[in-house]
Amino acid sequence: MTGKSRSLRDAVTRIARQAWLVGALPVVSIVAALVVGAVVILASELLLPDHAFDPTLPIASYLALLDGSFGHEAAIVNTLVSTTPLLLGGLAVAVGFKAGLFNIGAGGQFVMGALGAVAVGVAVSDAPPPIAIPIALAGGMLAGAAWGFIPGFLKAISGAHEVVTTIMLNYVAGFVLTWAVTGPLGVPQSPSPVTYAVGNAAYPILIGRNGHLGILVAAAAVVVMWWLLYRTTLGFEIRTVGANADAARYAGMRPRLLIILAMTMAGLLAGTAGAGVILGINHQMNSTFTTTVGFDSIAVALVARSNPLGVPFAALLFGAMRAGSGLMQIRAGIPVELIDVIQATILLFLVAGPAVQRLFRLTAARGGLVSPGSVEPPAPVEAPG
Amino acid sequence: MAQPPDVIVAPAIEMRGITKRYPGVVANDRIDLLVRPGEIHALLGENGAGKTTLMNVLYGLATPDEGQILLNGEPVRINGPADAISRGIDMVHQHFMLVPVLTVAENILLGLEPMAGPIFIDRSAARRRIIELGRQFGFEIDPDARVGSLSVGWQQRVEILKALYRNTRILVLDEPTAVLTPQETQEIFAVLRNLAAEGHSIIFISHKLYEVLEIADRITVIRRGRVVGERLPAETNEEDLAELMVGRGVELTIDRGTSHPGDVVLRVDALRVKDDRGNEVVRGVSLEIRAGEILGIAGVAGNGQDELVEALYGLRRPSGGSVTLRDAPVTGWSPRGMNEAGVGYVPADRQRFGLVLPFAVADNIVLTSYYRAPFAKGLLRNDEAIERAAVRSIGEFDVRTGSADAAVRTLSGGNQQKVVVAREFGRDTSLLILDQPTRGLDVGSIEFIHRQVIAKRDAGAAVLLVSAELDEVLEMADRIAVMYRGVIVAVMDGRTADKNDVGILMATGGQNRPEAGAAIMAP
Repeated sequence: MTGKSRSLRDAVTRIARQAWLVGALPVVSIVAALVVGAVVILASELLLPDHAFDPTLPIASYLALLDGSFGHEAAIVNTLVSTTPLLLGGLAVAVGFKAGLFNIGAGGQFVMGALGAVAVGVAVSDAPPPIAIPIALAGGMLAGAAWGFIPGFLKAISGAHEVVTTIMLNYVAGFVLTWAVTGPLGVPQSPSPVTYAVGNAAYPILIGRNGHLGILVAAAAVVVMWWLLYRTTLGFEIRTVGANADAARYAGMRPRLLIILAMTMAGLLAGTAGAGVILGINHQMNSTFTTTVGFDSIAVALVARSNPLGVPFAALLFGAMRAGSGLMQIRAGIPVELIDVIQATILLFLVAGPAVQRLFRLTAARGGLVSPGSVEPPAPVEAPG
Repeated sequence: MAQPPDVIVAPAIEMRGITKRYPGVVANDRIDLLVRPGEIHALLGENGAGKTTLMNVLYGLATPDEGQILLNGEPVRINGPADAISRGIDMVHQHFMLVPVLTVAENILLGLEPMAGPIFIDRSAARRRIIELGRQFGFEIDPDARVGSLSVGWQQRVEILKALYRNTRILVLDEPTAVLTPQETQEIFAVLRNLAAEGHSIIFISHKLYEVLEIADRITVIRRGRVVGERLPAETNEEDLAELMVGRGVELTIDRGTSHPGDVVLRVDALRVKDDRGNEVVRGVSLEIRAGEILGIAGVAGNGQDELVEALYGLRRPSGGSVTLRDAPVTGWSPRGMNEAGVGYVPADRQRFGLVLPFAVADNIVLTSYYRAPFAKGLLRNDEAIERAAVRSIGEFDVRTGSADAAVRTLSGGNQQKVVVAREFGRDTSLLILDQPTRGLDVGSIEFIHRQVIAKRDAGAAVLLVSAELDEVLEMADRIAVMYRGVIVAVMDGRTADKNDVGILMATGGQNRPEAGAAIMAP
């Protein structure tokens, strides 16, 4: 073997090892969760009284899921559309993690972004699209940003923990939504509470039946966030605060200001996601505009290990499962809720990360737990005399 | 039982030709180690020499690629720490593995609770045995004391008791004195001597030469993964050991040369600072440092030194008094303001304040200057310039790292500190504040850092050196200020100061100690 090809091989091994170090835990968690999902499918078969037990049903279900998410052009477009809000929400949670913050509030920021987009969108619904769309989008972004600013500001001035404040603000956002749709933004005398449509502010459809502009907005957000976090001094400051706030203070950075900035940025991203759903899909808003995007986004950020470049892949995984679950229900008779089971199981494996890593020997165990059985009972010792 | 010296017995442990390779390094290269029963055997080597790897092999945490371990003459394979413990080998780590909220007895019993019946733990039997064990080795311990409320020295005794309770015959202590005061060190040495007298074998890992000479029966020196010598304390001295350890002659006491003090750079006037709990722990400190001189602050840790330097660098707002830097008032300035005014600062806790461990060496080298040209162009980072500066600093300050992109976390303690030193010394500074700059480092790194400090002084910087190591202050400082309970009780010439006098002042504050707030100015 020549030295050159060996050095090439070494380089490949090194890159593969690094990729494995970063990606192993998510990949193993996903595979393990799919196995758990298969067990759940098999167990549910046993519970049905007049059902011939079919051991291949999990495989049939997962094939239907795959077919429903990537099987044909419309399926792929559906997957992209489902991925878009998860991608932006995942970035919103990831930027929080980077700054050392646990943003549980992506859901509330998402709702406020949707509300901002519908409020502004309705107001500019008659303007030409090139004007109406950016203004409506900006309305959503700003509303989301404001909703992210609040917990950041509270943490900076009083130390109020963002987990508590963002959870509370999620509820507040839900109530603001109900109030706005039934009150100031609602269509008078409508049989059910609903707003006017956003008209010309709606995102244009770019591919397929429903592939709207928001997909590109989300893709741009990935690039911008990666650039911001890793190429700018501001990103360096945010990452430093997240990794070691004491060192950041020592280095002359301003942790409080950076916390406010990071939370505001997170709100802006989640708000963009909410705006995208309104401008790209619903075009108006009713009082039942509820969503699991907030919590799904946490899952996305965790699977992506908070890396902006990993977020699209994680979002695509969850988006595809959402998009394909309908066909799985039709073809294999497995309820779409199985997706929630799988998603929750992925999270469990990820959160139990260190234990999972030891279980699957992804890293060498450090330190040792002493098992009681290995130690002889202590013999009596004579008192010193 | 202690073995009579004239009887030939099988060694308690014999490690033969232990080789352990990690990607890119041979951590242990055919190491032989022989420890007799009842022997205190010191394992001496610089950080990264391979001591810890060797002990991990013994403790079953690492599997050797080659070599053999013999226990009481029998070849054994040690499969993990549980196996090691069952064979009577235990380890007291540098960072204690204790649960602070539990009592002494509960900590010792964790994992091997003696049962009285199927459900209840037989506490009284355990308590009795813990008290007995303590007495046997010369100390009285309260098994019901909460571990978190014990001093570090006593926590260490709990760790040792934990091992003894498991019938350990071979005890490995990883730098046991790094966290102890001189008095506590002497006390733990007494315990270790009692253990050895009872026939226990002790492997004592250290890089403090004088301690090794004092406690060890036999010394094995390791350098770069190899045994480079075995010595009896009677036939060696500190210089000989240091040379073995580092591989070249080391000046243990650096020649500080003569200082040529210039203008006053830092003037601190009646400074008062509160700690995190709101207690005033700096109660009116006044001092001056001139260009080209080192002012050492000696004091027992916790007498306000940390708060003083944090206030000087802007990490803590003074509650009174003033700070002047080259005739400009800088009281209450921010860290960045002080940095830009030409102040370098090496914080005492490098991992908490001085470094961002998961970040690359390069990022840590520009941690305080990342926002300035050439490292930034507007809002953009200039990665090329950062990399170039990092590579230059790594070379200049001899930081041993694979590359500038390696995470600082992967570096040894000495090299981590060199990253901080490279950052703070590598630019133009008129004042350097050094808080415990060599704590926990090996002799080679200490010598290196001391040389850099002297070079900075000779280049005209004013240096404030805070150290809990009295020897360091005595060796380095041109003037010594003794700090006691938040005030400076004496200032003396560093060349003529007597170690005993300073020690007494540190411990008592001296006879005629001034009232809080009284100013002692430089001569």
